[in-house]
Amino acid sequence: MTKIPLQFRHNGRDVAIFVDGGTNLLVALRELIGDITPKFGCGQGGCGTCSVLIDGELHLSCLTLAETVSGRSIETLDGMKQGPNLHPLQRAFADNFAAQCGYCTPGMLMAAKALLDRNPSPSRAEVVEAISGNICRCTGYEPIINAILAAAGGRVSA
Amino acid sequence: MTRHRGRGMASINYPIGMNLGGDPSQALVHSNPSGKFTVALSSIDLGQGMKSVTRQICAETLGVPVEDVYVDTADSDTGPHCMGSFASRGTHRVGNAVMAAAREARGVMMEAAAEELEVNAADLETDGRGNIHVKGAPHRSISTKDVAIAAQFKQGKTISGRGIFLVPLSDVDPETGEMSPATCYAHACLVAEVEVDDETGEIAMVRMDSAYELGRALNPRLVEQQLVGGAWMGVGHALYETPEPYYPDPVHGPRDFVEYLMPGPGDICPHDIAVLERPAPDGPFGGKGPGEMCANPVLPAVANAIFNAVGVRIDDLPITPEKVLRAIKAQGGARPQARR
Ligand code: FES
Ligand code: FES
Repeated sequence: MTKIPLQFRHNGRDVAIFVDGGTNLLVALRELIGDITPKFGCGQGGCGTCSVLIDGELHLSCLTLAETVSGRSIETLDGMKQGPNLHPLQRAFADNFAAQCGYCTPGMLMAAKALLDRNPSPSRAEVVEAISGNICRCTGYEPIINAILAAAGGRVSA
Repeated sequence: MTRHRGRGMASINYPIGMNLGGDPSQALVHSNPSGKFTVALSSIDLGQGMKSVTRQICAETLGVPVEDVYVDTADSDTGPHCMGSFASRGTHRVGNAVMAAAREARGVMMEAAAEELEVNAADLETDGRGNIHVKGAPHRSISTKDVAIAAQFKQGKTISGRGIFLVPLSDVDPETGEMSPATCYAHACLVAEVEVDDETGEIAMVRMDSAYELGRALNPRLVEQQLVGGAWMGVGHALYETPEPYYPDPVHGPRDFVEYLMPGPGDICPHDIAVLERPAPDGPFGGKGPGEMCANPVLPAVANAIFNAVGVRIDDLPITPEKVLRAIKAQGGARPQARR
């Protein structure tokens, strides 16, 4: 099969790879770029743990054809840390015990970031809505919702 | 169409670990030349906090700061034996093994310190901040780091300890047939309030109130996260989750998370939790374990709440809208019970 050349921005850096036609963005990120922060949960759009931002908008990378992101800007959890410092959302997740096994966490953080980037002070209902495509086995969501509200309200330690 | 509110309650006793004898877990503790300690375990931390709690137990037993302890888990090729992370056994079984190992390591550490300070080990105490000093004479002190260096490079000792926890076999009383199936139990009571729609059969959680008795809460925030999260696993089993909805017929079995339903962020309700602490005599620092029991009382409480709301008794999980509607139809309509 002929490979398709593909260029896009990955967490602020230009990357160029060759993909097979039909490769999804999740596989491209994990296996070709080596960014394993987006997780494979179901590969079918049901769990949200593969969530990434494409030009600032939340997408399921498992359902996105890699070819379609040519020239666009992809953000993943790998790019969330600000230098040596955790992003306020990451800090808030830690402070609020919003992760246990952590498998849903990359997707939750990306969904939360997509929300706060366009709505810095969301209501609780808006937070629930924003993460409603993501499932979590461990936390019961309450700590995650509280963490996102805390990050939005600036109530996060350092 | 009417939405009926109902309230149901359930209480449980939950045995910690496997029963009737055995159920071993082992731990090894050793220091390296920097005076920091490593705990080697085969046990797995799958998010419940075993690493944190065994780290605390080890630090407390050794008398060193928690930052000076590193827990290395989950390598059953090279680690000491563990039965596994299940049956709410981690804190109790693994914690006890870690405590025994840390106690032995502390003995060696104190002997090594005694040799350096030229005193009797029995006259020494730890300050919990990384120093060992003579009781009543804190200026006659040596850091755990210097003790580790002396032990390894001068005295030729390994500061290390072995620990195992094994439940003694419970004998059967020949007269009564009685035996003790477990060494300790945790307890819980949960009240669930639900709303049942008698036209669609849908059930919404309105609120939960619970009380848990699980020995001493060695790490209260971790206990809380278990109880908060585990309750929703219980709701999942009560209302949504099954691999075989028409068991034993495998038809309509779910194939992914779109078909295998779980509670989502929009389904949750307030849950007020009270934690009661009654230290277990044979638990590490009195701890039992909140593991599985955080989900267990939810199922019967929800089933009882549904009965209270519409008068149907569903004894087959999960309690789906289809089952509720069929049962309501069979009894000729919803029959709300006395409000509790
Ligand atoms: S892996 Fe993409 S939604 Fe589950
Ligand atoms: S923390 Fe385990 S799935 Fe969310």
